[in-house]
Amino acid sequence: MAHHKGPLGEFYMRDRQRHPPALAQDYKTSVSRSPRFAALSLDQTVSEITGPTFGHGDIAAIDNDLIKNFAQDGDPIGERIVLHGRVLDENARPVPNTLVEIWQANAGGRYRHKKDMYLAPIDPNFGGCGRTMTDENGYYFFRTIKPGAYPWRNWVNNWRPAHIHMSVFGTSFTQRLITQLYFEGDPLIPKCPIVQSLPDQDAVDQLIAALDLNASLPLDSLAYKFDVVLRGRRSTLFENRLEGN
Amino acid sequence: MTQSLSYLRETPSQTAGPYVHIGLAPGAAGFQIYDQELGTDIAGPTAKGERIRVTGRVLDGTGTPVRDVLLETWQANADGIYAHPEDPRFDAVEDGFRGWGRIISDFDTGEWAFETIKPGACAGRNGAMQAPHISFWIVARGINLGLTTRMYFSDVDNSKDPVINMVEHDVRRDTLIAKRSIENGTVVYHFDIVLQGENETVFFDI
Repeated sequence: MAHHKGPLGEFYMRDRQRHPPALAQDYKTSVSRSPRFAALSLDQTVSEITGPTFGHGDIAAIDNDLIKNFAQDGDPIGERIVLHGRVLDENARPVPNTLVEIWQANAGGRYRHKKDMYLAPIDPNFGGCGRTMTDENGYYFFRTIKPGAYPWRNWVNNWRPAHIHMSVFGTSFTQRLITQLYFEGDPLIPKCPIVQSLPDQDAVDQLIAALDLNASLPLDSLAYKFDVVLRGRRSTLFENRLEGN
Repeated sequence: MTQSLSYLRETPSQTAGPYVHIGLAPGAAGFQIYDQELGTDIAGPTAKGERIRVTGRVLDGTGTPVRDVLLETWQANADGIYAHPEDPRFDAVEDGFRGWGRIISDFDTGEWAFETIKPGACAGRNGAMQAPHISFWIVARGINLGLTTRMYFSDVDNSKDPVINMVEHDVRRDTLIAKRSIENGTVVYHFDIVLQGENETVFFDI
């Protein structure tokens, strides 16, 4: 982001029909955790068009390498992958220098979390989290292992498709986003009530990372490409009185 | 047919899930991996203003505390300036003041707390001033798109705040106001967030 002083334009209205509704009956936990009243639409102010900024001093170089960042006496078990892509806005402009954080289960579908009791084993060499900053072109990459599917209590026999959780900031509080990415070809994707909370197939497709052989490392790692789109921003062709008087 | 607009579409949200701590607060998940976790120091050591503690719980539609919630907060400094280059007074922000916090609840009680300084009033639209407030973003298992709200302060005159005054139902405005008390010499604001049902918090689509 350029260090521009003074107010720029608002971010585009969020297309809430692109996102899952708060209440998705088949994702049962949402039933008691979904507001019943409509969210009040707010014209953005300086409180919304600003947001936290991060620098390379906040993270370490190894933080984006999940194969090495928790290794104790070897590499983690599993299918080695590179996960890479760009963070863009709705105007297709790159979002540089923004923090991207990920977390995931290990190759057996087990999370390193004190509340996860699934019987698949913890991998002693795998933590399951990483973070990085996008470069000046909005590009990011991680190295990790492909997570496994795992069962969860919703219906008696629900399985989450393999997925990686991703958190992205952008430049403003309005752009804050957490999502999950899935993997091309996974037959569990259409069976999952959390995936099915999405409004349509086009939205589902946007969350499926594509196998990217061109970016794979021969004899080492497969690669998947996942671009993230954050909300775009108006160009202030006319004074919009965001802050002035 | 018309020309097509070339906008991309925003990536859809998915729930942060029950294990959000692994990625955003791994110490709470039960392991140490990063040199530093982010969002633990909101105001820094030298920020001016009143030092405060904010506590609360996030409650679901049955009144049960949400024990796996993660909150992020965003606020101005005591002069109402955001630590962001698009705030016109950005250069005046104290060293170490970031204005951003990441807070998790206790896994047993659902209670959360953070320490910061009380923000100042800041400019709103069209020359109006906004009463001091802290913006909140709330994610958890069962929340499909992060929820946004604001916390205001009970000891401040909020009657002219343009955002509070947008809330059509007067009875709901109090859901945005944290109650001040003094506990063992510390200024504490209590702010419960109700996801659903009686006294449901006003959430904003920003």
